[in-house]
Order: sequence, then C-alpha cells, then structure tokens
Amino acid sequence: MILDYSSSFHYVLALLPEVVLSCWGMLVLIMGVARRREPGHGQELGWMSLAGLGLAAVANGWLYWGVSEAGAAAMIAVDRFRLFANWVFILGAALSIVISLSYVTRQKLQAGEYYSLILFATIGMMFMGAARDLMIIFLGLELMSIGVYALVGFNRRDRRSAEAGLKYFLLGAFATGFLLFGIALVYGGAGSTNIHSIAGAIQSGNAANVLMVPGVALLAIGFGFKVALVPFHMWTPDVYDGAPTPVTAFMAAAVKTAAFVAFLRVFVVGLAGVYDQWWTVLWSLAAITMVAGNVVAVAQSSVKRMLAYSSIAHGGYLAVAVIAANDTATAALLFYLLVYTVMNIGAFAIVITVSDQSESNHRIEDYAGFGWRRPALGVFMTVFLLSLAGFPGTAGFIAKYQLLLGAAEAQLWVLAVVLVLTTVVSYWYYLRVAWFMWMREGDETSEAVAAAADPPLATHVVLVLCVGLILLGGIFPGAVLDLAIGSAEGLRGVMAGATATLAP
Amino acid sequence: MTEIFFILFAVVALGGAVGVVISRTPIASLLFMVATLASVAGIYVLFEAHFLAAIQVLVYAGAIMVLFLFVIMLLNLGHDYRADLRFGLWSLLGFVVVGLTFGVLAQGFLDVGDTGFREDGAAVAAALDAAVQEQGVAGVIAEPLFTDYVVAFELMGLLLLVAIVAAVVLAKPRSRSGES
Repeated sequence: MILDYSSSFHYVLALLPEVVLSCWGMLVLIMGVARRREPGHGQELGWMSLAGLGLAAVANGWLYWGVSEAGAAAMIAVDRFRLFANWVFILGAALSIVISLSYVTRQKLQAGEYYSLILFATIGMMFMGAARDLMIIFLGLELMSIGVYALVGFNRRDRRSAEAGLKYFLLGAFATGFLLFGIALVYGGAGSTNIHSIAGAIQSGNAANVLMVPGVALLAIGFGFKVALVPFHMWTPDVYDGAPTPVTAFMAAAVKTAAFVAFLRVFVVGLAGVYDQWWTVLWSLAAITMVAGNVVAVAQSSVKRMLAYSSIAHGGYLAVAVIAANDTATAALLFYLLVYTVMNIGAFAIVITVSDQSESNHRIEDYAGFGWRRPALGVFMTVFLLSLAGFPGTAGFIAKYQLLLGAAEAQLWVLAVVLVLTTVVSYWYYLRVAWFMWMREGDETSEAVAAAADPPLATHVVLVLCVGLILLGGIFPGAVLDLAIGSAEGLRGVMAGATATLAP
Repeated sequence: MTEIFFILFAVVALGGAVGVVISRTPIASLLFMVATLASVAGIYVLFEAHFLAAIQVLVYAGAIMVLFLFVIMLLNLGHDYRADLRFGLWSLLGFVVVGLTFGVLAQGFLDVGDTGFREDGAAVAAALDAAVQEQGVAGVIAEPLFTDYVVAFELMGLLLLVAIVAAVVLAKPRSRSGES
C-alpha cells in the first residue's frame, strides 16, 4: 500500500514498529510491578520483551516490503534505510536481552525496569533512524540516552557501575548540550529543522553561513561524542568497563548503530550542500580515531576494556562511510553495523560466560587454556575475534571490504590506507585473546574459570546464531549485502526527490 | 530602546550563566540561574513572544527553580565547596581541538562567500505577525504543536516516562528480599 497521509491513521502505520514497541514496553513495565517479588523470577519478563521485539520486527518487515511512501520530505521517513536500521536495533536489543536473562537473575537486578528500559531505549534508536527532522533526532537521542544512563548505573551494589552511570550521565548531558546548541544554530541559519528543508536552503544559498559554521561544528561534536570519535571518546573505556556487561554489549552495538544512522542522515542528506566544508573535520576525526583506538587497545589487559577500545576503533572505520557519502559507503555502513552488532554481542556473550554472570575474571590471563577446556565456546569466541579483526571468511572481512569500496569510490585513498594499516594493528590484540585461549597453559584460576563457565541454553542458541550469521555473511554474503545495498538506495532516492521539490 | 533592553537582558543572562558555574555555594548558583532564566524571558518579551515569556517565568524561573531550592535545602547541600575548576593539559587540548574544528569549518564556509543573516527574515516575521493576529499568541504555538509536531509531542511524553522510570530505578532504596 502507499502511505500518502490522506487519513490520520497513516501516521500510526508509518510509525507501526515504534507504536507496537512503546505499548509493549509499558506492558512489560506494568508486569514488572505486578509480578511476585521473589529472587529467581523475572526471566519471563525477558521472554515477554523478546516477543515484543519480534512483533516490532514483523511490523517493520511489513513496512519494508509492503509499503511505499508518497510524502518524501515528511518528519518521519518511511524509507528502507530507516527500516534496515530498525532491524539492526531490534536484533541488537533482542540479543542483549537474551544474554541478560541469567545475568539479571544472578545479579538480582529489577527485571521489569531493566527490560522495559532496554525496550524504551530501542524505541529512541528507532526514532533516531526514522527522523527527517532534527527535533525528532534530538528527542530520540534523549530517549535512548536516558534509558542507557540508567542501565549503565543499574547495578547499584557495584561501585564501578554507579561511577560509570554518573560519568556517562554528566558527560552525555554536556554533549547533548552541544548537539542541541548545534541544532538551534542550524535552525537559525537554514530556517528549518527539517533535514530536507535544510538541504534545500543550503542549495539555494539561503542559509546564513555565520550561523551554519558553529552549528555544523557543534553537531559534529555532539554526534562525535555519541559515536565516540577520538577527542570525544574519553568516557567510553570507563563507562563500557563499569557498566553491567550485557548493557555494555547493548551500548557498543545498538547505541553506536543509532548514533551512526542519524549522523549519516544529517550529514550526508541534510548537509550534503556543504560537504566540501565539513569533510576535512570528519576526515581528521576518523583518522585519529582509527589510529588511537587501535593503538590503545593493544595495551589493554582486561578483555572487556579491550573490547571498549575496539568499539572506538570500529567507530573510526564507520566514520569513513559517513565521509565517503555515496551509495556504496551507505550500504557498507548498514551491512557493517549489522555484522558488528552480531559479532560484538557474541563476543560479549562469551565475556559474560567467562565472568560467570558477574563482573569478575575480565583479565586476559583468565582466558588461558579456555579453548581446550570449553572447545565449543573457544571456537565461537575465536570466530567472533577473527570477524572483529576482519579475517577473510568472516562477515567482518566482507564489511570492511565494502567500506573500502565506498572509500575508493569517494577517492579517500589516505583514509583507506589508514583503515587497512590499523586493521593490521588490530589483529594483534584480537588474536592475543585467541592465543591465550588456545596456546597458553591455564593456571589454577583460569581452570576454575573455565570449569565454572556454563552458559544457559538461551545463550548457547544466541552464540550458534551469531556464529552462523558471521560465517554465512563471510562466505555467502550475497543476500544480506543485496538487502543492505537496496536499503541504501532508498536514502538516495528520497534525497533526489526532495532536492527536486525544494530546488528553486 | 529595544536594543538597550536586549543588551541589558543578554548581559544579565550571560553573566548569570557564568555565575552558575563559578559560584561556590549551590544556593548562589541557583539564584544566578534564576537571573539567567528571567533575562531570557525578558528577551522573549522583546521578540513579542509573550506567551513563551510567561511560561518561562512561571515554569522555569518559578516552579522548577523552587523545586531545586527545596532539594538543595532538604539534602542539606548548601555548604561552601572549594573551587573545582582545574585547567590542566587536557583542557588545553580540548580548547585546541574545539578551536581547530571551528577554524577548519569557518575557513571552508567563509571561502564560499558569506551571505550574512537570512535575507528572507522580514518575510518570515510578517507571516508570523499575521498568524498571531489571526490565532492569538497561544494559538500560534498550540496549532503546530498538535498537528505538525504531534509526533515530537508524543515522543516527549515517552521521554518523560523513561526519565521517571530511570530516576526511580536509580533512587529507590533496596528492598529486604534482596531484589534491589
């Protein structure tokens, strides 16, 4: 069917996944209040949240295949770029919830609030992906951030969790101020918060550069903070390290995805007319991020912290796709984000298993001999690490290859070389964990760790699913890649249409 | 005349904002903040946005600030603190990064040739005046709020719900059964 907004019901249909998930999140919240307050209960709320995410995914599929949009410059986009990103958010949230199930029970966290906050944060992400208006992007970002601030500090018995929550909240609020100020200045310069009207104002020369300069700079800083580009990444290691591990997985995968999707839409669609002015700034940020993230990750002795720095480095790779600003790079970004979500949450699932559903045993020495004691888990972890490193045969390789294709199309040769070189550096710290797992004799502690590591069935299912997706994406990437390429074309098509209507 | 008032309000607003950051007691910070918010309300009046100005005074300078004051008094936070602003190497680096970001962008934009402020500003103002004549000051805000921006409005409701849930989760004392 075609959404032409002739009846007001079309607005609900355009936001169907978000509406479904909002109602479901409130339902989970109410169920969490109503249920029996006994330790050991609460997993059913997790399963219920998963059912809600499943419904939202189905609604999203209906929008993807069954609906086309007539109003191409409306506040909410119904394009395939958004809907593909929605699937990535839903997948990230679902995988995070599955690996949380035992953790939440074991750590005696408030299940109702925990799962509903994950659902609400996911809704925020979906709005960020859907927004064609800076105002909606801001509200979605805040919805996501406030949920995640609370999730980071959720385990109040753990001082480090509380510290991480406070740190993230204060710095995040500060960065939000930058973003909001940037939005206000761009509004002042272009006369609208609608991304397509901004693009039109820039193209017709109506935008006031005096206001656009600081506006774009502040937007870049605000988004740079959320995706943890290097001068604005100071919060990342401490927050990722201190947060409950399933929340870290959720942040590293889904939050980063949402920030990048909005980043790309604002800069590549809205600010396309001033590309020549902003690309140098992002170019240097991306280069510094790739170098610093990878080099510092080499020095880490905690696996969880290493994964935090690795996520900064991946943010640098993804920023290359924003700078390349073409269809190939956009498709690469979508594919990369999907693959990154799967492999990152998979790796964190193993970290949770090794730490026995708590926050201990994050040292790399605790992984010594793990592979021989737990062969299946060891092989899974090795696949995740190889994929994160971008080893041929895994989906991570195909994703990086696509990124390089996009960068080559935009003739960003230096960035492409930096990407390849820093990837080589990253082999060192990823393979070091694998080396510890397979090549090092375990001592008593690590043997005890391996003996205690027994993930529940649900985690096993997630791990098998993740490994399957990574190998499938690495060996037969065709289907998923075509989906990503088709979704990226949606963004471009809308762009062309909007420029045609807005051009003077 | 308007310019004089604008400069007055702007100076008070900016001075108040600086005062919030550098004053040593939370109460003084709070009073500086009231001054800032009230001056912003004054600027709204200069823009002839009387409804916004009234709301600004009632909600922000009035209700929310009084709540802040209650919280500070109740938690007994009104003591002196040592100044906690340190300017080390990192803050210098921060200034350099921000400066470079602005510099590079400004160079790029100014090369294009600056158009200054928007040329169609007068037309926008005239359209707004006509709308105010027709719908009243509140109507000009209410009509788009519940039509064009209804999604943002609903999203705001969801945001407030999440903020409440988050605050309760983080502030609630742990219950006896061990389930915190």
